[in-house]
Amino acid sequence: MTPFTTLTAIAAPLVRPNIDTDAIIPSREMTSVSKKGLAGGLFAGWRYTAVGGRDPDPDFVLNNPVYRGAAILLAGENFGCGSSREHAAWALAEYGFRAILAPSFNPIFRGNCVRNGIVPVELPTVAITWIASTVAEAPRTRLVTVDLRQQMVTAPDGGTHPFSIEPEAREMLLHGLDAIDLTLLRRAEIQAKRQADKERRPWVYL
Amino acid sequence: MTGMRTIFEKIWAEHQVADLGGGTELLLVDRVLLHERTGGVALESLAAAGRKVMAPGQVFATMDHVVDTLPGRGDRTIMPTGTAFITATRAAARAAGITLFDLGDPRQGIVHVISPEQGIVLPGLTLVCPDSHTCSQGALGALAWGIGSTEAEHALATATLRVRRPRTMRVTVNGRLAQGVTPKDLALHILARHGAGGAKGYVVEYAGEAVRALSVEGRLTLCNLATEFAAFTAIIAPDDVVFDYLQGRPYAPEGARWDQAVAAWRQLYSDDGAVFDRAITIDAGAVAPMITWGNSPQHAIPLDQPVPAFQDVADHNTREAYDRALSYMAVTPGAPLVGLPIDAAFIGSCTNSRVEDLRRAAALLRGRKVAAGVRAICVPGSSRVKAAAEAEGLDRVFLDAGFEWREAGCSMCFFAGGESFGHRQRVVTSTNRNFESRQGPETRSHLASPETVAASAVAGRLADPRLLEV
Repeated sequence: MTPFTTLTAIAAPLVRPNIDTDAIIPSREMTSVSKKGLAGGLFAGWRYTAVGGRDPDPDFVLNNPVYRGAAILLAGENFGCGSSREHAAWALAEYGFRAILAPSFNPIFRGNCVRNGIVPVELPTVAITWIASTVAEAPRTRLVTVDLRQQMVTAPDGGTHPFSIEPEAREMLLHGLDAIDLTLLRRAEIQAKRQADKERRPWVYL
Repeated sequence: MTGMRTIFEKIWAEHQVADLGGGTELLLVDRVLLHERTGGVALESLAAAGRKVMAPGQVFATMDHVVDTLPGRGDRTIMPTGTAFITATRAAARAAGITLFDLGDPRQGIVHVISPEQGIVLPGLTLVCPDSHTCSQGALGALAWGIGSTEAEHALATATLRVRRPRTMRVTVNGRLAQGVTPKDLALHILARHGAGGAKGYVVEYAGEAVRALSVEGRLTLCNLATEFAAFTAIIAPDDVVFDYLQGRPYAPEGARWDQAVAAWRQLYSDDGAVFDRAITIDAGAVAPMITWGNSPQHAIPLDQPVPAFQDVADHNTREAYDRALSYMAVTPGAPLVGLPIDAAFIGSCTNSRVEDLRRAAALLRGRKVAAGVRAICVPGSSRVKAAAEAEGLDRVFLDAGFEWREAGCSMCFFAGGESFGHRQRVVTSTNRNFESRQGPETRSHLASPETVAASAVAGRLADPRLLEV
């Protein structure tokens, strides 16, 4: 996983509540047993003119040339609700998004972001709306900065917006850590706990 | 410190391996369930990294999300690349030494339907699955929650997860549900009142007289929609209803071990005086049969009410989202939903596909016919549900009424098996998500109970099942 420290990038606004993972990547776009090859299906239902097609719908924000290369997404509350499909995070990451700013995230989706190097930044709705408005006049030059070390977003008007993120997620993202490797350092502890638990709850162990 | 603990706190403490700091803890995971859409990729990725499954005896996989549900099905699906998911999951499951309920196995079915059926989920267990509706299984008193595929790899490789401790919320449902009001209606009622983000950050304990009165199947339906409530998961304290349900199931303990387990399970309740971070109450008597009008499960109203004006739903909606939902669904504020012509009716999914659901729908369909021009489909949640329903003759009732009677799987809840409803079709559905284009291109999905789906199929329009005589 690529470490994330700070990022200054074009921010694309999709500030709408309850954007679900079916919208982020429809079932029909999940065509292979793989974490790759999903960027083309990102937001397919909105991004293309026909189901299964690839003709861009000019009205969709990511098809607007001024947002080409966007690495930050500005979103609405409860972003990533619905299906747990990690394909949503894989598709966003492959498309190039490294940070998503939203008032709230679905918990499973949020975990999937952290495990794929995307920083989920929670900011109040007013802050998101404000950042979106300051970006809108010239998205290609009015860039947004996400500083994970300082836990701070800087809008193009210079306004700063602190955010909180739990230490575990921050460490994973900052250093690009693999959670399995970290946990397996505690293998002996896990085995001891399982052994003791097996005495107490033998019916659990099949 | 009062020493009084919630059921969640008891289960959490029992599974704690280490405190990782900053509110994150390492927890033992007792069961991992997988399906071919998100599980196959997890198993393959794990193997590619050279890692092994730590406790293969405690891992189960099934085929439900990609397989189709047409009679005579095999590894081929309508979705051109579906076969790869099925064969890859089968190969990876074999290589990992885990139990697979494959196509043709009488135990195959939707993961959250078969786990209780087989006694895989038990009270007090921690159980995870890369599927958001894993919360359903809290109905049996387990701490069961949905995760992503990468987290599933972690659970497989280490028999643990690194989890941030959720806050606790109790939802007490006082009184009794009225005749003709189902657990699905209760779940939609709660969503309409408290919003699709209403339980964000919480583990929800459902309690109260109305919850106690539910069967295990009813509790599964109620807990199923906790993910639509943004909850970490839901749980219901186990009681004799659960113990009676589980006794004799294939993976449940037997003999002296059963007695030992039940004695432990009887301690799994929230102590009097246990403190919840949030508590809400619901009056069961005020719950009516519900249906959704928009594109979020929170867009739910009593069947006999009109589509709400913006000011009546404004707590959970922006104006733009509200207008978008109205336009997408082609519904009008102030106008009733009942009476809107439908193109299709669907009974199935992890929400409402168990034998009690099918019985209640069949009771309304007996001696009646699906209206001309309506496509009606019933998909039992598991092969075992299908067999049980057929033993009672329910398949004949559905078929005689004009429903398709399918093999078990997730089916047209989404795009499972590569099937979906037609462009802009209006569908009444016993499933859990009315998202844009989930059931087909620009399909207009109305979530409701199996009874409402059955009554609407017969009427050819959205209809109130209470007006049909059984």
